[in-house]
Amino acid sequence: MKTEMIEMDKLILEFEEALLQINRVKAEEIFEKLYKNENNFGELEVLVVKTLEIMGTAWEYGDISLAQEYMASIICEELIEKYLPLANAMRKNVPKIAIGVLKDHHGLGKRMVYATLRAGGFELLDFGQGLSVEEMCQKTIDSQVEILLVSTLMYASALSVKELRLMLDKAGSTAKIIVGGAPFRLDCELWKTVGAEADGKDASKIIGIIETMLAQEGEERT
Amino acid sequence: MKKMTSIERTMAAISHKEADRVPLFLLLSAYGAKELNMPIKEYFSKAENVVKAQLLMKEKYQNDCIYTFFYAPIEIEAFGGEVIYVDDGPPNSGEPFITEIDQINRLEVPNIEKCAGLQKVLQATRLLKEKVGNETPIIGVVMSPFSLPVMQMGFEKYVEVIYEHPVHFAKLMSINERFCIAWANAQLEAGATAICYFDPLASPNMIERETYLKTGHLMAKRTISGINGPTATHLGSGIALPVIEDLLETGTAIVGFSGKDDLDAIKLATTNKLCLLGNLNGLEMIHWDLNRVEKEVKNIIFKAAKGGGLILSDNHGEIPWQVSEEILLKIGQTVKKYGTYPIMDVDENE
Repeated sequence: MKTEMIEMDKLILEFEEALLQINRVKAEEIFEKLYKNENNFGELEVLVVKTLEIMGTAWEYGDISLAQEYMASIICEELIEKYLPLANAMRKNVPKIAIGVLKDHHGLGKRMVYATLRAGGFELLDFGQGLSVEEMCQKTIDSQVEILLVSTLMYASALSVKELRLMLDKAGSTAKIIVGGAPFRLDCELWKTVGAEADGKDASKIIGIIETMLAQEGEERT
Repeated sequence: MKKMTSIERTMAAISHKEADRVPLFLLLSAYGAKELNMPIKEYFSKAENVVKAQLLMKEKYQNDCIYTFFYAPIEIEAFGGEVIYVDDGPPNSGEPFITEIDQINRLEVPNIEKCAGLQKVLQATRLLKEKVGNETPIIGVVMSPFSLPVMQMGFEKYVEVIYEHPVHFAKLMSINERFCIAWANAQLEAGATAICYFDPLASPNMIERETYLKTGHLMAKRTISGINGPTATHLGSGIALPVIEDLLETGTAIVGFSGKDDLDAIKLATTNKLCLLGNLNGLEMIHWDLNRVEKEVKNIIFKAAKGGGLILSDNHGEIPWQVSEEILLKIGQTVKKYGTYPIMDVDENE
């Protein structure tokens, strides 16, 4: 068991290095080697999720750039897309998750979170960008979304999450809102002010946030 | 020491000398609409509105600069892109106008004379110059050729161009460089004292230094050398310390640094080399009370003002609409109280 962990840790380091160099070929070689050795899709997920988490933390500490983290998430998504059918694996589609950019057309954050969740084997809806509060609310209700990921860039857009929360409540939606984007990083308490359930300081943390949310819900039910 | 004019105070800071007090640059743009009590879109529709508000706000907040920056996507308008107005914040760029990478091959440098938005900025600059003469520095703004594509094509597509499409990248930089130099020089000719070169992608938060040195850094060296006046490089909230020496090599005189930069370390790294501009957190400022303002302003002054080389400002390049006037007034008062040279030690002030 210990040897296996050491092997995985080594592989994560190698994989991270390949991603930092935007070396798609090397990243795929590592992926293929692991898949052939383990014949287990779950191991690929562990490799991707752990590596992206490490890179996300490195970005928060200023050790790598946003551009590197973005490219890493895209390469991982591409690899998972390729190996998912080979491994005959299914995506996790519970809870029902959706993502969109509120009142803004800058889609980088959304793309990173989308790619990270897809790379982690999650299914999610992409509501697009440049959405008004009304559009995002309606889409959430129509699709019976349980977890809504809202990306923003401008402070005024971030404040609109409050309006979205009220509108969803009024419409009877119990969707939990997770916010992300520059305003929430620069103003650490803003997510609470606008009535979100959580904020993602970095795209790579999204899987952990969702899993914690699900675990809390499970505990509340029991 | 005799009271200095805003320009004398600023020049002393840039020359790493102690002025009568620390200069204060409140970078007020859309905030002017609040001053004139009019919608933001209407405010930016006439150069005269900006002129009136800038002069009123200079007096009201004891501000040491005139800021002729309208909004970031004004350059995107020049390229034919869309600008979206909101009621409570700066106008934002709409959908990127470069949707396919190949469009870069057909892109042309906008003609400044034919861009109504840019002409309004030049008109405001000329009128403001007539009013303030050489008493107050007028700060014009350009987006760096390296950072402008975030609005031209969206960051996600642009990141792929930087890493994987070197030919398209070079073509885009060539167009943006010519536009940036022409736009900066037009503002200087209209009366701007200096140009703020916004380059958020120069921060290692956005692009790692290794790549920056091969791309945006070379671009900044070429572009800044083509601008016929002093420049201040602003990283728009991104950390600056790891690239301080690189920024210095570009020929810039001032650096807008982040609230997340280590103040002691950055002061040490820039002493007698680069003037610091910053680094109040504009977004947090929205929730500050008056005590917090005093604490934050004092902290920057005590750590970075001695020997000159500091212009007190926010760290993003624009004061948010939601910050109250009371907070801005308190910033001005605190700079006057604690930022008068010689700067006393913390204990003497307490």
